[in-house]
Amino acid sequence: MKLYQQTVQKIGEMLARREVTAQEVLASIAERIGQVENKIQAFTTLTLKEAEGIAADLDSRGEVGDLTGIPCGIKDNMCTRGIRTTCASEMLENFVPPYDATVVNKLKSAGAVMVGKLNMDEFAMGSSTENSGFFPTHNPWDLTRVPGGSSGGAAAAVAAGEVFYALASDTGGSIRQPASFCGVVGMKPTYGMVSRFGLVAFASSLDQIGPVTRTVTDCALVMNAICGHDRQDSTSLQLEVPDFRSYLQTDIKGLKIGFPREYFQKGVDQEVKDTIKKVLLKYEELGAIVEETSLPHSEYALPAYYIIAPAEASSNLARFDGVRYGYRDTHAEDIIGMFSSTRARGFGPEVTRRIMLGTYALSSGYYDAYYLKALKVRRLIKEDFDQAFDKYDVLISPTATSVAFKIGEKSEDPLSMYMSDILTIPVNLAGIPSISIPGGFVDNLPVGLQLMGRPLSEGTLLKAAYAFEQATDYHLRTPVMEV
Amino acid sequence: MTADRYEAVIGLEVHVELKTRTKAFCGCATSFGAEPNTHVCPVCLGMPGVLPVLNQEMVEYALKTALALNCQIAGYCKFDRKNYYYPDLPKNYQISQYDLPIAERGSLEIETEKGSRTIGITRVHMEEDAGKLVHQGNIMTTPYSLVDLNRAGTPLLEIVSEPDMRSPQEARMYVEKLRSILLFLGVSDCKMQEGSLRCDANISVRPRGQRALGTKAEIKNMNSFRSLERAVDYEIKRQIEILEKGGHIIQETRTWDEDQQVTMSMRSKEEAHDYRYFPEPDLTPLNIEQPWVERVRRSLPELPDQARERLVNEYHLSHYDASLLTTSKDVLDFFDECVNQYHEPKVVANWVMGELTRLLNQNNLEIKDSKITPRFLVDMLRLLEQGTINGKIAKVVFEEMFTTGESPDKIVKDRGLIQISDESAIQAIVRDVVALNPKVVEDYRNGKDKAFGFLVGQVMKASKGKANPEMVNRLLQEEL
Amino acid sequence: MALTIREVEHVALLARLNLTAKEKETYTEQLSSILEFFEMLNRLPTDGVEPLAHVLPLCNVMREDKATPSLPKDEAMANAPLSENGQFKVPKIV
Repeated sequence: MKLYQQTVQKIGEMLARREVTAQEVLASIAERIGQVENKIQAFTTLTLKEAEGIAADLDSRGEVGDLTGIPCGIKDNMCTRGIRTTCASEMLENFVPPYDATVVNKLKSAGAVMVGKLNMDEFAMGSSTENSGFFPTHNPWDLTRVPGGSSGGAAAAVAAGEVFYALASDTGGSIRQPASFCGVVGMKPTYGMVSRFGLVAFASSLDQIGPVTRTVTDCALVMNAICGHDRQDSTSLQLEVPDFRSYLQTDIKGLKIGFPREYFQKGVDQEVKDTIKKVLLKYEELGAIVEETSLPHSEYALPAYYIIAPAEASSNLARFDGVRYGYRDTHAEDIIGMFSSTRARGFGPEVTRRIMLGTYALSSGYYDAYYLKALKVRRLIKEDFDQAFDKYDVLISPTATSVAFKIGEKSEDPLSMYMSDILTIPVNLAGIPSISIPGGFVDNLPVGLQLMGRPLSEGTLLKAAYAFEQATDYHLRTPVMEV
Repeated sequence: MTADRYEAVIGLEVHVELKTRTKAFCGCATSFGAEPNTHVCPVCLGMPGVLPVLNQEMVEYALKTALALNCQIAGYCKFDRKNYYYPDLPKNYQISQYDLPIAERGSLEIETEKGSRTIGITRVHMEEDAGKLVHQGNIMTTPYSLVDLNRAGTPLLEIVSEPDMRSPQEARMYVEKLRSILLFLGVSDCKMQEGSLRCDANISVRPRGQRALGTKAEIKNMNSFRSLERAVDYEIKRQIEILEKGGHIIQETRTWDEDQQVTMSMRSKEEAHDYRYFPEPDLTPLNIEQPWVERVRRSLPELPDQARERLVNEYHLSHYDASLLTTSKDVLDFFDECVNQYHEPKVVANWVMGELTRLLNQNNLEIKDSKITPRFLVDMLRLLEQGTINGKIAKVVFEEMFTTGESPDKIVKDRGLIQISDESAIQAIVRDVVALNPKVVEDYRNGKDKAFGFLVGQVMKASKGKANPEMVNRLLQEEL
Repeated sequence: MALTIREVEHVALLARLNLTAKEKETYTEQLSSILEFFEMLNRLPTDGVEPLAHVLPLCNVMREDKATPSLPKDEAMANAPLSENGQFKVPKIV
């Protein structure tokens, strides 16, 4: 097995036992990137040169740690000091932040070796990475298909072995859905578990940063490093972060699992439903108690989300005006002209569309009918989950409505693209944690299984995920790529 | 008179820059006059990915102010985003408070000629300041502007009054009173010229007796108390004139032009602002419980009205004098310190309100910059009391102290200003003066009382002002 | 609920987005169908339901009034598209 095919855990052990050096590990990654990146296009910026310096330094100091010396990628909407942070937008094509996001700081302290910034849908708005202002990313399992979005670059890079793990962000499913499409593990923690400082905001009350990894164990290791209170984020929870590895057990006898019927209805491909039904049987085999349940307001989550998220985004993206950083249309004659043409040119169509939608929903006369209404629906969605978690430890569903679709297949109709988020969105509205892991395959294309838990139940989710993972071999399958 | 047929209705919105050490939502130091863009960080620059964190001191100052203004403190309040585009607003939204401000329903008293009037305060809320725009010439003609964001993110309090004022004078009094309360609290420098106290006026007029309000205009850009009074006065007259001619008042924003002494419409290309307020997701709401409010209440310093009462009751000063001494905390502190050392409040008051104020104004100084300390004033008053110097000399000594910062004892000694109280010496001068001015002496003997004063003056002049006035009077009387 | 082009123009102005005539048409169509989709929310009664703006029960998060280092001026200005005398330069306001 080549080094790049190993897990974070395994490489960490090898580094600790000095079987390999950080530089050797990096070299393997660099070689892999050289082999496949031109086909996948997962990266917006490669920082292999800087990585070499970091790896060499770590080796010379003999540093050891769970993530020390292990190459990773960061979704390009997290600020990295001195390194271009574009959000895959022409608006920020040349923006170099003078500061690091808190999570980047944490990874640096842990000795991580960042090899590059990862492609995404522009400003995290999209479900396929086709909205990237630069180029689409290709799914390693089938290069004619999308890797999902908005963290398509992260999921593809992890699946293809270009990085051992990645940090990505999830506002309506942007970690979980690409993880599902690319056959990897993606977790969205409870809102407030991971600092948002340095994450370019899309929808402030929904955004969370989380890991993308090949195994559940790796996910626990990254969670250990990134979770925790941050004084620079007022919405960050103050609590003791457990060692998530302690939850990696295979005994889940008696675990109460509910599958909400609304997540298995029309809109979800039959093959996906069938695959997940098998997952339910597997869980029963493992001793869990699996029952059908209901989250009655589920269908209202999508419209509520597509009011709340664009509304917050319309305000969060107002700062992009060409005055202090980023792209500026220098031909404009007056300030309003400059703002308007800079923004029209700097933003792609999906971003423009959502800003318009959000502005409308907040505008005078419409606030009550749209934004306020959506916030009320949000409460009902949350209450559905609260009630379900009175009875169940974990809820389960497919992550995505289909397997990865073809590039170009959905990009014409915005609404149909939005529909593909129906299974992941409710989690963000309620602020609860959720993880997607490989649940099976249809025609050699991955199908993700989504587990949802009550707030701060990441441990339970990791346990339920680990038990399933260890009882199957899906996590051992990797895309075959011609090199 | 036309004006009497109408009643002016004036409300004021005052923005106060708080003098906390750091900005509202980040740790940059608040500043004034620093080199552009040197007190900024990614947060107040509105860079991508940044988040605000609320400055506790800002909330404390807001609570102090609200309590000093007799407001109801909200048990629960939150922040909202006010969305609009302007180059001095880094995020193109301002973090402010919309429907749940920290305090509402307060009041303050102003002293008018007709007595005390209560002016209602609608609300007090917290928000952040924008940066500064610098233009070449004026905003209408400049080809470009420069943006300095040092000020962006400075904590502001917005204090909105009820439309209870009825004249330019009342408007001015309201702001003066508000300012002095804020100075006593120590929450702001309140310098209108520097922009740490800003005032906008909402003005309408209506026929006297009518209950319905007229259409109001908002007036901005009044940078001093005098401008405020003049602008309000002008606007009232402007509106009355329009109504008299049968026209309508347009609801608009107007700017006070200091050069032309008129209010002018601010022609704007845009539509009326739609601020699209929504709750700020990056900040938590505030639960303000009673213990916190009580702690702040207990920490309130003596306020102007209380101080004025104290001066009237304890020191038996007139209401008027007490008011003057309590407009500024610095002046009050100076006064109190003097009286502490020298228990003649009326005398001290006269010197502080008289000579000291005159010299300070003449030299454009604040009392805290004065070289005359309470100690010096007290020492001088003792010299006066003891007869070492007389009243006229005291004024000379006072001015010397003010200029040089030397003690009164030193000045009197160095310049030989000790009062002449030697009878024989004065008598000699008196005789000389009488001898040199026979005509005047005759005038006096013929009943012209004024002539006496002239002779006294001549004696004083001859003694270089140092003669003991009482003695001069007596001896001159005897001589004549 | 169908949007008119006028309304789209108004929203574009509020959001400072310069749209071409073609874009205005396209967005009017797309936004209209999205808003129509939102109509389904009207089927759900929400009287008496408290809006959920913050998912966390956090309150009173504040910091001490203590200064932290500001950015060195060159870093603050490094990304400026246009500047003069250490200030961000913008075209005329009116």
